[in-house]
Amino acid sequence: MSVVPKSNSNSEETKKLTLEGLAKDLVGTAILTFLILTPIVALRTQIGQGVITIVQKWGLVFALTAIVIGVRLFLHLIMWSDTPLSLAIRSFAKWIWQLFLKYLLLPIATIMFCRIMLQFIWPETQTILRNFISLFIGVMVGVAQYLYREHLDHQAVTTGTSQSLGEKISQNVAPLLLIFALAFPLFTYFHPIWDKRVMDLAVYILIYIMLGWGLNVVVGLAGLLDLGYVAFYAVGAYAYALLSTVYFPQWLGTGILPWAFYISLPVAGLLAATWGVILGFPVLRLRGDYLAIVTLAFGEMIRLVLVNWFSFTNGPQGILVPKITFFGLPFKDAPGSFSDFFGMPFNRIHFYIFLYYVILTLALVTYFVTKRLRRLPIGRAWEALREDEIACRSLGINTTTTKLTAFAIGAMFGGFAGSFFAARQGFVSPESFVYIESALILAIVVLGGLGSQIGIVFSAIVIMGSFELFREMDFMKAVLPSGTEPIQFRMLAVGLAMVLMMRFRPRGFVTKREPTVYLKEKKSVSGDLVAEGHG
Amino acid sequence: MLNWAKDPELQVQHLTMRFGGLTAIGDLSFDAGRKQITALIGPNGAGKTTVFNCITGFYKPTEGMIKLKHPDGKEFLLERMDDFIITQKAKVVRTFQNIRLFSGMTLLENLMVAQHNTLMRASGFTIGGIFGSGHFKRAENIAIEKCKYWLDKVNLTDRADDAAGDLPYGAQRRLEIARAMCTDPRLLCLDEPAAGLNPRESDELNKLLISVRDDHDMAILLIEHDMSVVMGISDHIVVLDYGRKIADGTPNEIKNDPAVIRAYLGVEEDEAPAEIVQEAIARPMPVAPVLKKVSPQKPALKEGGRK
Repeated sequence: MSVVPKSNSNSEETKKLTLEGLAKDLVGTAILTFLILTPIVALRTQIGQGVITIVQKWGLVFALTAIVIGVRLFLHLIMWSDTPLSLAIRSFAKWIWQLFLKYLLLPIATIMFCRIMLQFIWPETQTILRNFISLFIGVMVGVAQYLYREHLDHQAVTTGTSQSLGEKISQNVAPLLLIFALAFPLFTYFHPIWDKRVMDLAVYILIYIMLGWGLNVVVGLAGLLDLGYVAFYAVGAYAYALLSTVYFPQWLGTGILPWAFYISLPVAGLLAATWGVILGFPVLRLRGDYLAIVTLAFGEMIRLVLVNWFSFTNGPQGILVPKITFFGLPFKDAPGSFSDFFGMPFNRIHFYIFLYYVILTLALVTYFVTKRLRRLPIGRAWEALREDEIACRSLGINTTTTKLTAFAIGAMFGGFAGSFFAARQGFVSPESFVYIESALILAIVVLGGLGSQIGIVFSAIVIMGSFELFREMDFMKAVLPSGTEPIQFRMLAVGLAMVLMMRFRPRGFVTKREPTVYLKEKKSVSGDLVAEGHG
Repeated sequence: MLNWAKDPELQVQHLTMRFGGLTAIGDLSFDAGRKQITALIGPNGAGKTTVFNCITGFYKPTEGMIKLKHPDGKEFLLERMDDFIITQKAKVVRTFQNIRLFSGMTLLENLMVAQHNTLMRASGFTIGGIFGSGHFKRAENIAIEKCKYWLDKVNLTDRADDAAGDLPYGAQRRLEIARAMCTDPRLLCLDEPAAGLNPRESDELNKLLISVRDDHDMAILLIEHDMSVVMGISDHIVVLDYGRKIADGTPNEIKNDPAVIRAYLGVEEDEAPAEIVQEAIARPMPVAPVLKKVSPQKPALKEGGRK
């Protein structure tokens, strides 16, 4: 962060800091601030008893103007001038900030995270105990980090090489995450109060992880910007809804209904893939912005068809669909159900745990298939397409089929996820497939780092999880204006997070690209060299 | 020596390419022989790259025929084929004036992408590959062996696992040639391979091209301004000026051709003594001012693909 505005035209004057120049600048600032604030703050209309009155708040304006002048003066004296005192203050502040980043950021974040999570998973304890536990964990993390950094510095001095903490974690993170995901439902055994909500949240996050992985094929690997991904999600959901409520009873009899999900899952995938190809054809020749606009329109078209084709889709009222069964055994308190068959007392949590494992399986299939595809010629062709389309054609690669397969495979995973979404919800309506869903999935992919699968896991947890956290943050009400809920600020927070990320990590969480094949040593490719795709 | 006339790999006949009212190439005919290096030279704007774009299918010629004949007798009419089909079926491959590597992928990956069609068939169009078929594994190993061979040939084995974008300029040029060779071409079209290379590097390039010509049963078509490369390695030179062929022959014939001298030096032949001109053309660096001038690139026009 450079503090001296070099391109500023009057930096010459401000650097010299003549008294006259300073006074001019401050007076100018004051007048400008006053003029801006007058209509916004000083004169406010208020409606009372049918009359509009003007409330005048000049005191506030003067106070704000004084603050602005103070800040401006501070900037002039400390930040924009090169006197020995200001230089000293600046370097001191920089030193403190770097210390903070190096040693304190992680512990403080840990404390905040622990505190919120404890509120969430262990609400019955005393507040002071929760505070203490969070503090303790934070301090331990801080100490561990300090020791680890010392160790690294030492190692760097002795061996001349060093591997950053992030690199070490990222190398082993996939198996750790897998074990965690497989063992996750065990915790329901310990916390019967919160389990349903937590399991439901986990299922919700996993759906978005899967969607992110699906979209990653199109956006991250093939470099084709798709703003209408939710269309395929909708196709999958409606495929399951219509098959299970209308067509299966008609064609195969009602006896098939408990199995409807398992039969319609592949059908939904195929249908979505077909729609992927249908979308792909008209956009083959488009690039960049044009491609984005057409895909966006495509997403809206599917939704509008769902809303307006009343006789087929039941319009905005939606369709009630059978929920998922345990391979034919329904989850309910009745004979012939899952709990009855296994001789267990009925508990709703069985349904949620089963949902969790189904979506985990689907997501893992997506993960491993995509990972495999990357190492096959088709995956390499996708990435080559993202890097340079003309070079691809000059090497004899049929870019038409390459693009279409990318669209089809991405759409297929979207269709699977949609089908699962319908079976989980027991209800589908066009409401669930609005544009903002596409934008969210794209945000997850971009935030994760284009092309990186593990990055997408983190960004899905951060974005979707933080939505839920906002619901839990009752203490926020103290600072918020009365009558507002913390949840209303969630999109604002996501926006802020994106802006911060674009500033500090413009290529997403994971910026490195893993090569698909190597001769001697697997070296990751720096994100700066990897193209983002241009359509 | 006159291999190109007896048994040509590539026959270009009456090729004309017009952009609106501008005739970039007018009635151009020439042949390129098997196991020979054919150089296409001429001042800037003579239409050399346009010829390449027509041969490789990036442009559809307005008139004329481009015929490629494989040694087994198969014939292809390139002007009727799509660009990627030309590489796939007729085995014509090109490099670019402004290098087009997959810079975010490693060297090895770049060479693997070049073997896409072979590997795609071996992987059962992905279906076999997904289930890990042994057939695909074997094909992949063979492909990696081929990559190793070409990496070795262009002296880049040590950097096989680095990103292509990290390579210095000269190495990127060599990698692009290696990548093109990985498609098993019958005709290799090189668009200014020596541009931006220092004398040592362009010497290495000469050796590489000669060994490619001698060890592989194929034709090489070359656009080049660097006369040391052109005169040193070509067996056959075609000179273009304003889209028309002004000379065609062995390097020695070209050196003494009055039309070439006029085009390059812009003087009447009796004003410039032949010896000076010969010496000038044979010098390592391009001599004539028209040659030295590097025109600003117009990639959108030159390599923008088909609209």
